[in-house]
Amino acid sequence: MSAVTSTTQSITLTIDDKAISCRSGETILQVARENNIDIPTLCYLEGLTVWGGCRLCMVEIAASPKLHAACATECTEGMTVRTTSPRLKQYRKMIVEMLFAERNHVCSVCVSNGHCELQNMATKLEIDHVRFPYRFPRMEVDNSHDYMRLDQNRCILCARCVRVCGEIEGAHTKDVKGRGVLSAIIHDLDEPWGDSQTCTGCGKCVNVCPTGALTHRGTAVGEMTKKTEFLPYLTLMREVKL
Amino acid sequence: MTRTITIDGVTRIEGHAKITIHLDESGKVCDAQFHVTQFRGFEKFVEGRPLTEMPSIMARICGICPVSHLMAAAKACDDILAVDIPPTADKLRRIMNLAQMVQSHALSFFHLSSPDLLFGMDGDPMRRNIFGLIREHPDFARDGILLRKFGQDVIALLGGKKIHPAWVVPGGVNAPLTEETRDTILKQIPEAIARAQRALDYFRTVQDHYPAEVDAFANFPTLFAGLVTPDGLLEHYDGTMKFVDHNATPVAELNSSYHSHYGSLISEAVENYSYLKFPYFKARGYPAGIYRVGPLARLIVAERCGTVHADKELGVFRTRLGRSPQSSFHYHWARLIEILYGIEMIQRLLEYPDILNTHIRSRARPNRLEGVGISEAPRGTLIHHYKIDENGLIRWANLIIATGHNNLAMNLGVRQVAERFVDAEHLSEGMLNRVEAVIRCFDPCLSCSTHALGQMPLRIELCRADGEVCDVLQRD
Repeated sequence: MSAVTSTTQSITLTIDDKAISCRSGETILQVARENNIDIPTLCYLEGLTVWGGCRLCMVEIAASPKLHAACATECTEGMTVRTTSPRLKQYRKMIVEMLFAERNHVCSVCVSNGHCELQNMATKLEIDHVRFPYRFPRMEVDNSHDYMRLDQNRCILCARCVRVCGEIEGAHTKDVKGRGVLSAIIHDLDEPWGDSQTCTGCGKCVNVCPTGALTHRGTAVGEMTKKTEFLPYLTLMREVKL
Repeated sequence: MTRTITIDGVTRIEGHAKITIHLDESGKVCDAQFHVTQFRGFEKFVEGRPLTEMPSIMARICGICPVSHLMAAAKACDDILAVDIPPTADKLRRIMNLAQMVQSHALSFFHLSSPDLLFGMDGDPMRRNIFGLIREHPDFARDGILLRKFGQDVIALLGGKKIHPAWVVPGGVNAPLTEETRDTILKQIPEAIARAQRALDYFRTVQDHYPAEVDAFANFPTLFAGLVTPDGLLEHYDGTMKFVDHNATPVAELNSSYHSHYGSLISEAVENYSYLKFPYFKARGYPAGIYRVGPLARLIVAERCGTVHADKELGVFRTRLGRSPQSSFHYHWARLIEILYGIEMIQRLLEYPDILNTHIRSRARPNRLEGVGISEAPRGTLIHHYKIDENGLIRWANLIIATGHNNLAMNLGVRQVAERFVDAEHLSEGMLNRVEAVIRCFDPCLSCSTHALGQMPLRIELCRADGEVCDVLQRD
């Protein structure tokens, strides 16, 4: 969320044929949501910095041949945005299908079954099968922490946990190692979570994780629910303090 | 000239199997084997998963009896947590386990086996199926369908869904019973008991029409195994694991506190013609340690059921067949008695004053690195054995499922039926059906996976020693 400054100017633009005015510096995603226009996201979370990794929020902007990430594109005067089209729908479905194919997302036996943003997104996008071959990578579960668990099989690398850990908690225990499909969430210098000297055990990473990748230990299938309402409040407090 | 008849495939448990019948030079059956040709790998792919996921993962072993695997897995997890689950959770789990047994037995008897009994083993295959049953015996079929529905409904009312409910968790269950749900189930009990009794009344009239099948359907002395209460009564959730001989004389017992020592009683042999292992009673060696599990075995192992109607029926059963009938044909009758018992016991459990208590889960971390859960699935004793690492991740699992316990008996049973009914020169549909029917008596999961659609995709080839096929019978 951008802080409002005295240099803020008013901007008018069109989103899905609707004339809208907003303040300069606001992103297409923020403005769309303020006006009840839904743009799907997975890596974006209000209260954390923009990551732009999941690419689900891609939108079309008139006179631009390429697609733009709504979370990372600021509104400009006279901009004409389209948030849904057959092309966008196709890309979004493809992205979610690739997320499913990339790791081992077995919803039926996942602790987040029924409370998972990835699962909900698949339902919302009407995905009934995955057209890409599953990779079935061999991934480990880090169960070394006293009361939290990281299951790499369910991770979509949205990096919400990395951001909340660094930006809100200030611990920066979590980070991403590797590149491409070999990327993975790590703790400190790729140590078992339970051995981390920097983790404060605050549990924010668990609550911002959209899937069953970060969970509380001891939860059985379908029992893990996340609480993310705390984030905008914490962010606001941080900004006030600053 | 020796010849081999191949039935490929019968099925397995959730898949495929085949049968080979070997004929000697005079055309007589000299051997028969029941090959389980599919590999599933649950023991391997659970390695590395958190303990708390085990009940739900293991439930996926079967779509017909997922609750049974939920129970055994949850009990193995309880053992690793080293907790006693709250008494209410114990009763609630028992209710779901019994409901599972009722629905599975109803499926086995009414949908899969009763067409053989109503239309005859040699009856027209076009009629001899569940649809023929609905058409020509609508009241009987309705009883079966509604008995199954009763069991499924109880599972759904307790666990939220009929198949693979995630309600059973390590330490107990994750939602209490409401008064409304209890009353909904209780209201259905009298009608369910009446349906089960009608089926028993009918079965008693049919039993005597099949003397040849009674005589040859895996009719030989073996040991029997099953759980019993400390008082020796019929038990399905927890209790003493007991082995008796063919005269129902006890030969070994394993108190519930010592379930982890199941390896002192049972060993598993491997044959190169089947992916299904061959458990045997260790003290008698292999294959002399052949034993059977399931409804018939449970009724032989137990002194009595412990409920009014079921005990009355068990009395009739024993008066007519003796204390320990050896023919596996009698699994059908035993199955029906267990349906009656299951409904009565569900009622009894629901009427306990503490059944609505909300303390239904014991919380603990793993306190042991190894745990064993033994319960009774509809098809027989089910054993789940897990080992974890210090972080609570599964590192090793061993499962002995009911169909496995019966593997030796099914093999011998197929051979016995083949010896009795196979004509070396011409294969008939009735012969094919009897080979299926003896397997069906045991209600292995293979019948779950294929018979529900109407029939098994069977192919029998009669081959000369040089491999030339001289007769083929196929059912796709």
